Amino acid sequence: MSNIVEPTRLTKKDFETDQDVRWCPGCGDYSILANVQKVMPELGLPVEQIVWVSGIGCSSRFPYYMNTYGFHTIHGRGPAFATGIKIANPKLSVWLATGDGDGLSIGGNHLMHCLRRNVDVKILLFNNRIYGLTKGQYSPTSEVGKITKSTPSGSADQPVDPACVALGVNGSFVARSVDIEAPHLAEVLRRAAHHTGSAFIEIYQNCNVFNDGAFDSFTEKTHKADRQIRVEHGKPLIFGAQRDRGIRLNTRTLALEVVMLGVNGVTEADLLVHDETNPTLAYMLAHMPYPAFPVALGVLFAEKRPTYDGALAEQRLAAELKQGKGDLDKLLRSGDTWTI
Amino acid sequence: MTQSNLVPSPSPRMVLDSAVVRFAGDSGDGMQVTGDQFTAAAALARNDLATFPDFPAEIRAPAGTLYGVSGFQINFASQDVFTPGDAPDVLVAMNPAALKTNLRDLKRGGLLIVNSGAFSAANLKKAGYEENPLEDGSLTGFNLVSIDITKLTVSAVKELGLSNKEAHRCKNFWTLGLMFWLYGRPLEPTVKWIQNKFHKRDDLVQANIAALKAGHAYGETAEISHNRYEVPAAPVSAGTYRNIGGNTATAWGLLAATQLSGMNMVLGAYPITPASDILHELSKFKHFGVTTVQAEDEIAAVCAAIGASYAGSIGVTTTSGPGLALKMEGIGLAVATELPLVIVDIQRGGPSTGLPTKTEQADLLQAVYGRNSEAPVCVIAASSPGNCFYMAIEAARLALKYMTPVILLTDGYLANGTEPWLIPKLDELPRIEVKFRTDPEGFHPFLRDPQTLARNWAIPGTPGLTHRIGGLEKDYDSGHISYAPANHERMCQTRAAKIAGIANDVPEQQIDVGDDSGKLLVLGWGSTYGAIREAVQRCRARGLPVSHAHVHYLNPLPRNLGELLKRFDRVLVPELNLGQLVKLVRSQYLVPAESFPKVQGHPFKISEIEERIRQMMES
Repeated sequence: MSNIVEPTRLTKKDFETDQDVRWCPGCGDYSILANVQKVMPELGLPVEQIVWVSGIGCSSRFPYYMNTYGFHTIHGRGPAFATGIKIANPKLSVWLATGDGDGLSIGGNHLMHCLRRNVDVKILLFNNRIYGLTKGQYSPTSEVGKITKSTPSGSADQPVDPACVALGVNGSFVARSVDIEAPHLAEVLRRAAHHTGSAFIEIYQNCNVFNDGAFDSFTEKTHKADRQIRVEHGKPLIFGAQRDRGIRLNTRTLALEVVMLGVNGVTEADLLVHDETNPTLAYMLAHMPYPAFPVALGVLFAEKRPTYDGALAEQRLAAELKQGKGDLDKLLRSGDTWTI
Repeated sequence: MTQSNLVPSPSPRMVLDSAVVRFAGDSGDGMQVTGDQFTAAAALARNDLATFPDFPAEIRAPAGTLYGVSGFQINFASQDVFTPGDAPDVLVAMNPAALKTNLRDLKRGGLLIVNSGAFSAANLKKAGYEENPLEDGSLTGFNLVSIDITKLTVSAVKELGLSNKEAHRCKNFWTLGLMFWLYGRPLEPTVKWIQNKFHKRDDLVQANIAALKAGHAYGETAEISHNRYEVPAAPVSAGTYRNIGGNTATAWGLLAATQLSGMNMVLGAYPITPASDILHELSKFKHFGVTTVQAEDEIAAVCAAIGASYAGSIGVTTTSGPGLALKMEGIGLAVATELPLVIVDIQRGGPSTGLPTKTEQADLLQAVYGRNSEAPVCVIAASSPGNCFYMAIEAARLALKYMTPVILLTDGYLANGTEPWLIPKLDELPRIEVKFRTDPEGFHPFLRDPQTLARNWAIPGTPGLTHRIGGLEKDYDSGHISYAPANHERMCQTRAAKIAGIANDVPEQQIDVGDDSGKLLVLGWGSTYGAIREAVQRCRARGLPVSHAHVHYLNPLPRNLGELLKRFDRVLVPELNLGQLVKLVRSQYLVPAESFPKVQGHPFKISEIEERIRQMMES
């Protein structure tokens, strides 16, 4: 591993495995896989330096289809395995595929701690608002009243928003994209790859078998421009097919509001400009109620911070510099001893 | 208070073979510190010794209550010592509650030192005394020395301007000073310890030293009528010794494993009594290549350790029974992916939260069987505090060699107990060979060593060996996912055979005491070693034909164990559970082994086992 390897330009093909992809035909996961395989060569890393980790669920089959090192673990615990891998070998590029059930239900605890520690792991959460692999029960992101096999009278619980959770636990990079928005997804993946620290991407992913069309109202070509807002750092928050709508902060209520440009004297100068280093704005954007507001996509928040694995590596190094390499014989004979 | 048993004339030292001393007081009285310092003094005097700290789960239980009593017992001797002793010869009781809960154990005629200053009406009531036992004649069967330690301590430190509360807290060192006088121990090591411990507060250094010296001087000047004692050094084999506790020994054994294998280690742990001290200890040794992760829960702790193993480190997790239960799914994944993993379970009383600070051996069946489906792991156990060092190395060796989880069982008694320990040299310990796969030729992740059946270990970062593993069943010949019926059976059989084969790599079962055949074998495992050994020796001294064998390898069991058991007419299995090893040996060897269970949160007394052996011999 210490050998200097000439960087060879890898292609999408280099990241494909010989295993049959076993997702249902038409699943949004295919599109995510294709985009990931497209972006991976741009990392400039040999395949053996990359590890894909996953838990359990449809999304968690992901590592089997990536020609890198891969570890398909147990339900919800992927972030904990990824943490161990990254600590043991900080040189590895560690990626995690998870879903709304794996990451926010059984594994909510581990996701939270991975993000707040800022372990240098890239986390892709495929949010299809349903349990797919167990054949169609509601998930923690399903809307209230969801009728499924386990909730014939409609689900009674309030959903969580994945991006809001990630921001709430102080994640250092939080973004959103959509399975079928290839160029947008690819760009968000690139940004995540170049972020040092935990990068959390919520990907709206259509489950065409158990929750088909869950995101159609803001992803269909015909009206997506009116129902999505693509946020970009330093750019005003404008959306709409005619680019005639925007997001403004009402300073009296401290709430966001949708305004029409040119109506009541509103100009672009009145709109908020996206600042991805502002966690308050990021939370407000992630939390905008739909459909009164558009769905915010893109990098909502990004901040450079020390990583957990980096800090541990520094502590190891500092200990060695200060105390020298560990000497067991010296340790065993430290303190009170007696010789007979 | 009565001073009648204090006379001002000097008395000679009485030479004893051994002595058992128990300190008991409120959980805030500093009894554990007192015990530790008294132990250090015995160790420096080269006595053989064994200790047993016994404290409540509450950090500072309400003062004066029965459930807030904290105790520390030490058995020290000029001969071999195997247990902390059944019954104290000397009991130091710092308040009525300590007297009430401990008096029943004191030998008749034993020395009873009591802090009369704590025998207020309120404290007597909290302890459930209607009359003051120091005055009602109920203690006449003991050699009572009643001293107002509180008052004498406050007076010894009054020059130093401490608060009343701080002055009171020095009384453990006053008591220690008196005990040092009684056994003729030097004060200097404890003086140094105090200087180091309280170096940020000079007034506390002065006060505790003053209290220590005052207690000692009290013995000198107002000498207790009771003989002063001397316990000469124990004859032991040549070498350098130290005193060591089980948790420290376990941590150091794990450190030794890193040096013997040349590997880094990642410990994933979640704080849990009585295992947390291993996390504390290992977190100090980053320069040994050890990284410790205080995980968000027990599950994350084991998963991070497995992740680290996957990436090429020694993954370790330390816990107690409730934590082991939470880790089981993760351990199953390590079984399925055949990754090395060391799990240390410091057993405590259960079920559920149970008795967090008390000892038990009831996780054996959980360790051997407690996972879904056919998920065999190697299970080993330590038998004394010092033995924890060697068993921790053994756990790492077997995990790395066989690519398997290994569960090392110790317990609260071993974890907190101490004994003198002959310090080994690193270069005398066997190296642990670890080979990572680097050759891409013919590689798949589940290629096996034909001897050990261990799969080859290809770690991320190795060119040409990218592969995917996980909890799904894999094809024996390619490592790819497979749901084929015959393949699954073959894989289950292979994983079982791999663990069973470890029996060929570990020592045959020895007889620890006695003949290798006969009327009765007492078969033990884990921390009961000392009590069983001593009981069997005493019975043999009385001519009873009984032997002792102690099992360190519980899954697989030693390859000759079945044959060995059948050479005895009867087999007795004392355990701190309701009969777990006895189930294993009965099911495996069809021998009519008999159970001798105890689940009181306390170790066996020697006399309990001795009595049981005598009953069996008579029946």
